[in-house]
Formats: sequence, structure tokens, C-alpha cells
Amino acid sequence: MTASKEKKLYVKKDWCKGCNICVAFCPMNTLELKDGKINIKDIESCTQCGRCELLCPDYAIYLGGTEDGKK
Amino acid sequence: MTSTLVENHFRIGKLPHIWCPGCGHGIIMRSIAVAIDELGYDKNDVCVVSGIGCSSRAPGYMDFNTLHTLHGRALAYATGVKMANPDLKVIVITGDGDCAAIGGNHLIHASRRNIDITTVVFNNNIYGMTGGQYSPTTPTGEKGTTAPFGNIDRNFDLCNLAKGAGATYVARSTAYHANMVKQQVKAALENKGFSFVEAVSICPTYYGRKNKKGDAVSMMEYLKNSTVNVKAADKLPKEKLEGKFLVGEFYKSEEPEYTEEYKKIIDSFQKER
Amino acid sequence: MAKNNVKLMQGNEACVEGALAAGMKFFAGYPITPSTEIAEISSLRLPKVGGKFIQMEDEIAGMAAIIGGSLAGLKSMTATSGPGFSLKQENLGYAAIAEVPCVIVNVQRGGPSTGLPTSPAQGDIMQAKWGTHGDHPIIALSPSSVRETFDLTVKAFNFAEKYRTPVILLTDEVIGHMREKIEIPSPDEIEIIDRVQPKSGLEEYKPYEVNEDQLVPDMAPYGGEYRFHVTGLVHDETGFPSNDSNVAESLLNRIMKKIDNNIDDIALYEEYKLEDAEVAIIAYGSTARSAKSAVDMARAEGIKAGLFRPMTIWPFLDKQVTEVSKKVDNVIVAEMNLGQYVIEVERAGNKHTKVSKCCKANGQLITPDEILAKIKEV
Repeated sequence: MTASKEKKLYVKKDWCKGCNICVAFCPMNTLELKDGKINIKDIESCTQCGRCELLCPDYAIYLGGTEDGKK
Repeated sequence: MTSTLVENHFRIGKLPHIWCPGCGHGIIMRSIAVAIDELGYDKNDVCVVSGIGCSSRAPGYMDFNTLHTLHGRALAYATGVKMANPDLKVIVITGDGDCAAIGGNHLIHASRRNIDITTVVFNNNIYGMTGGQYSPTTPTGEKGTTAPFGNIDRNFDLCNLAKGAGATYVARSTAYHANMVKQQVKAALENKGFSFVEAVSICPTYYGRKNKKGDAVSMMEYLKNSTVNVKAADKLPKEKLEGKFLVGEFYKSEEPEYTEEYKKIIDSFQKER
Repeated sequence: MAKNNVKLMQGNEACVEGALAAGMKFFAGYPITPSTEIAEISSLRLPKVGGKFIQMEDEIAGMAAIIGGSLAGLKSMTATSGPGFSLKQENLGYAAIAEVPCVIVNVQRGGPSTGLPTSPAQGDIMQAKWGTHGDHPIIALSPSSVRETFDLTVKAFNFAEKYRTPVILLTDEVIGHMREKIEIPSPDEIEIIDRVQPKSGLEEYKPYEVNEDQLVPDMAPYGGEYRFHVTGLVHDETGFPSNDSNVAESLLNRIMKKIDNNIDDIALYEEYKLEDAEVAIIAYGSTARSAKSAVDMARAEGIKAGLFRPMTIWPFLDKQVTEVSKKVDNVIVAEMNLGQYVIEVERAGNKHTKVSKCCKANGQLITPDEILAKIKEV
């Protein structure tokens, strides 16, 4: 039941401060912290709900367009 | 590379911001930018004013006309900006100490005048920038570096304060409820008058540590589980409201707006000529 | 010059007239004796010329609001006295570091604290320079008559705009409340200076960028063509904060230099019967009126006295005071405080002449007789 993958999940590791909020509140368990930074563990599980982007205090994860990384 | 929203509304070169890991301020700041984006305001028509403190660093990152002023004085500066150019959409970003302690007088009088300014308080219940002293919103009994035995002050309900002082839009949301922050800021910006949005934030570094609230995730969980929407609150039995706080829109009314009233005085003389 | 522009008015009213002539479009303040008439008259006059007045919740807010108003493009002023001037100090420092043009009128009254609210004093001379924390530039002007209150208020706005700095008009209760017949100059007789706007169509406007020979950056208003950041923190040419010691040094150097290097433009003073004087009185504001009478009285008795009257109090007129000191055997500084301006005069004049003071801070004017007695004593 994955949504159509019009968008892609992008991670900007150098802005990530490792607070773990996105990992904890991702409803699909898509994310993890790896070496203190956010990492996409299982992209197939992502439903593109956008919660990670909404709740990331550091703008280190976002849904962007597939071609140029923009919406 | 970053999201289109961040790219279009923030000064990318100034990011990442200085806030601590897990600080809720970044979430709230983003929600404000989304609100402005969705309203379609021209960036040159927006002026963001702040005082001093963690919250008040926000304007430095936001790509609008921005003014980082003195501790507590943001609303007084913003009043001058709005009077001088009423076409500007003026937003004040402030914190609980900045707005309710040193700037308390300016808050009640800006509310009373109903001048068209949208104030967003990043309420983290503590003085973060100076390292964790108790603030006017630190709950009674909680600790700060200047309340080592527990705070004996009673804390403000900021929304009640703003409403009592005459603000014409009053709402509360939290860093967890990022979309609610956005909705409220949008409604606040569209309200022609003084609007007050309390965005409850989290400070894992000082408030959280000092009061054993756990990490950022635990504090976000607390915001998620301890809030009741004001619309639902009436229907809930009292015991269900125990230990909870209300979010949502508390007050909205139409009252004469200050700069429009002043314009009427100016116009009355132009007609005379 | 049309005769019908002759009016009887008090100093505080002349201040507002001068401000309006200079282009004041925004006043924010708080009532305090003996400056209140400036707020009252501004509230009456401003809306008639499309300007705006607001009575703020306190003195701090009044000062903050005019900084905001100025940043949004309007020539702005506040007025205060005594305790109110103390309350404005933090914001005054902000205007200095953020280089926001504005005019602060201080109708001096007896202090410290609530002091003597309805009596004149000149006790805020040092506060005008050092009241806010940290090194900073300041311009302070002091008028001695109602007409001069008009003229110096215009000058205050012009200096504020030209040098992007707060300018203090240091008047006092006597000058503020005294009524004199004055001739208001017509608009074409008054020089008006406006802040320099940045060129249109710049790729990037840096609010604190200066060219090699330029000390005062061009200034855009909020809501215009450019977006920019303003802070009270030490900042670089982009306006954003910096902890770099080189940035701090160059900012402070530049904002000091923009005043120091232009002191000849800012220096306003009057010399009265100084050519052959053996004793020089140095006095400003209302005290200078008594001093002038004392000079005439001394001359009538055959004593070669003269008066040096600085209208520019800050920056201190080092060159002129030194020159006066070299010419005379004695310098007497007369001022309504316990000795403030005299400290600077001593620094400049001590190696050339004998400096003494004729001071009083009890709410009473220094009389010509008192100054004459001092002339005879030295």
C-alpha cells in the first residue's frame, strides 16, 4: 500500500544534530540513527507522509522532487 | 541542497542554526515560514522582529526584513515599524522570558492597542540562552539554575494574559503540533489586529535535564500526550483534563485596529484641505 | 521673509516646529516634566502633515519605537527628561551600534532620580556621552534660546541622517519653558539633509557596506527594494552578527571615526567678545545667557571678559577650547551641575591656562552676578 513515489526522501546529514525526533515519530519505522546522524533504513516502507520533515528541528530531512531534489 | 521551502524562505548560508539538538524552536520557525509561504506574501513585505534569547535568534535565519533588537523590546520596535509602514506584515518572534518578564509591559500594551502585529512566543519554560534559569512560565515547583529548590513563583498563562490585555486573536499550539502552529500563524497573520500565538517548545538541554523530563523524544511525547484541544475540552470529564493543557484557538474578535484608526485621523485633515 | 512668521512660543514648541521643518514624520514618547509639551504638540501637529504620533507605555518603548520607525524610513524623534533619559539609554546604544538615525530631546531637570522635576539643570552632560554602556559615538547639541532650539533641532535631524547616528538635543527646563518671540525661517531658508539611499537594482545590498572613502553606509528602509538584517550585536558589513575581533574593531573604529573625522562639520559654537579677553567664560544652554550678561557687566567694570559658547556639546570641541585656553589667563566653566563639562575643559585647557568652575545644582539658575563674582575672584 505504498503511495506513488512522486517524491523522494532526502537527507542533509551535515545539518542533522542527531536528536532522534524523526526516527521516533516516523510511523513506518523507515529511519534510524547511524553514527549519531539520521539514516534511511528502509526506503520501501516510506509512505511519504512528511512527518519527518515537519518535525525535524534542523531541516535535515525532507521530501523533494525526484529529478532535481525540489518539490 | 535543501527543501524548496527552506531554500526560498531561509538564509541558507546561516544554517544550520545555533539551537541545541532536539530544541523545538526550529520546528516552530519552519511552521512560520510555511504559513507565510501558503499565504503567498511577498518576502519584502514581511518584517520579522525579535528581542533577545534563544527564540530571538530566529530572524537571523529567515529571509525577510529582519530586526534583532534588545531583550524584551521587540514589540516596542515592531510598533514603530508598523506605525511607520502599516503595509508591512509585522511578525514578532519572542520567548517566554523576553515576552512575559522583561517585555511584559510591551506585550500587554501592544495587545491593548490591537496594533496589527502577529506575535509568536516560543515558550520553552526556561531562560535557555543564559543556561537554564526559571522564567515566568516555568511551572511552580519545577527547577531552574536559579530555582535549585523548586520554583515558588506562580507561572503565567500567556494566552489568558494576552486575551485579558486585549489581543484579538489568541491561540496555543506546540512544537509537536507543527501543522497547528502553521494554521494558527496563518489565522494570526490574516487577523487585522494584535494576534498572539503561544507555541510551546521544548528545551531538552536545560529545562529537560534540570527537571528530568528525558530526551527530546520524551519531551515531544509529552507535548503529544498532554494536550487537549480546546474544542474537545468542554465535552471531556474533569479527570481527563488532569495534568493536561489546552491547545487550539482560544479567542478571536474584530476590533478597530490601531494603525487604521490613526490613518482615519490623518485622512480627516486631508479632507479638510 | 514674511513678517507673519514671527511668533511667540516656548522652547519646547520651537523644538517641534524645528523637527517638523526638518521632516520629522514619527514621534513616540511618554509624558514627563518638563518635556511633555513636545509630545503634546507633536500629537497635535504630526497627523496634519501626514506624520504619526504614538504615546508608548514607557520611556523605553518610546525610544525603541522611534528606532523601528526610522528603520522603516521615517525621520523619528522622542523627547524626555530626567529619569526618562536614564530609561532610554539601552536603546540609545542600540541606535548607535545599528546606526539608526534618530533624535532624542532631553529637557534637563534636577537630578539624580526624580530630583527636581520642575527645575532646570545641566546634570546630564556626561550621561549624554556615557549613559549607555560601551564605547559609542554620540552627537549632543545644546541651545540657548527659543529660536536656537528650532535651529538646533533641524541640525540634530540633519546630523542624525547624515551620520546615521542618534543625536541628543540637550536643552533644559528654562529653555524648554521660556517664551520668546521668534521668526520661523521659511522652508527655502532651511537646509534639510536626508539619509543616502542605496542605488536601485543592486545585486546584493549590504546594509553596512562602505566604500574606501565612505564612513557612513547608505541606508534602505524596511519594505523597500531590499531585505536586510539589523542587530545590536557586533556585525559585519552584511549586518549579520560576528564574534570576529577584527570585525568588532573595524565596526567600532568606523562608527567613532564617522563623527571624529567630521568634527569640523559638527562643531557649532559662538564666540562673544573673546578677541581681547583675559578671562573666558565657557557656558552652554540657559547658563550661557547669564554668562553673556556677566561678560557685559565685567566689561562695564573694565574687566576684559569673553564667552565661548559651545552649541555642540559632544563631540567635545577640543580644538576650539584649546585655542580659547591659549588666549586667556583664566577659563571659568559655568554650568548647572557640580562640574561635568569642566572635566573636559580641564583636560584640553589645563596646560595653557587656569581652569576653574562656577557650578550650582540646586534647581536655580546661575545668575550673572554669581558669574561676575567668580570672574573677579580669579
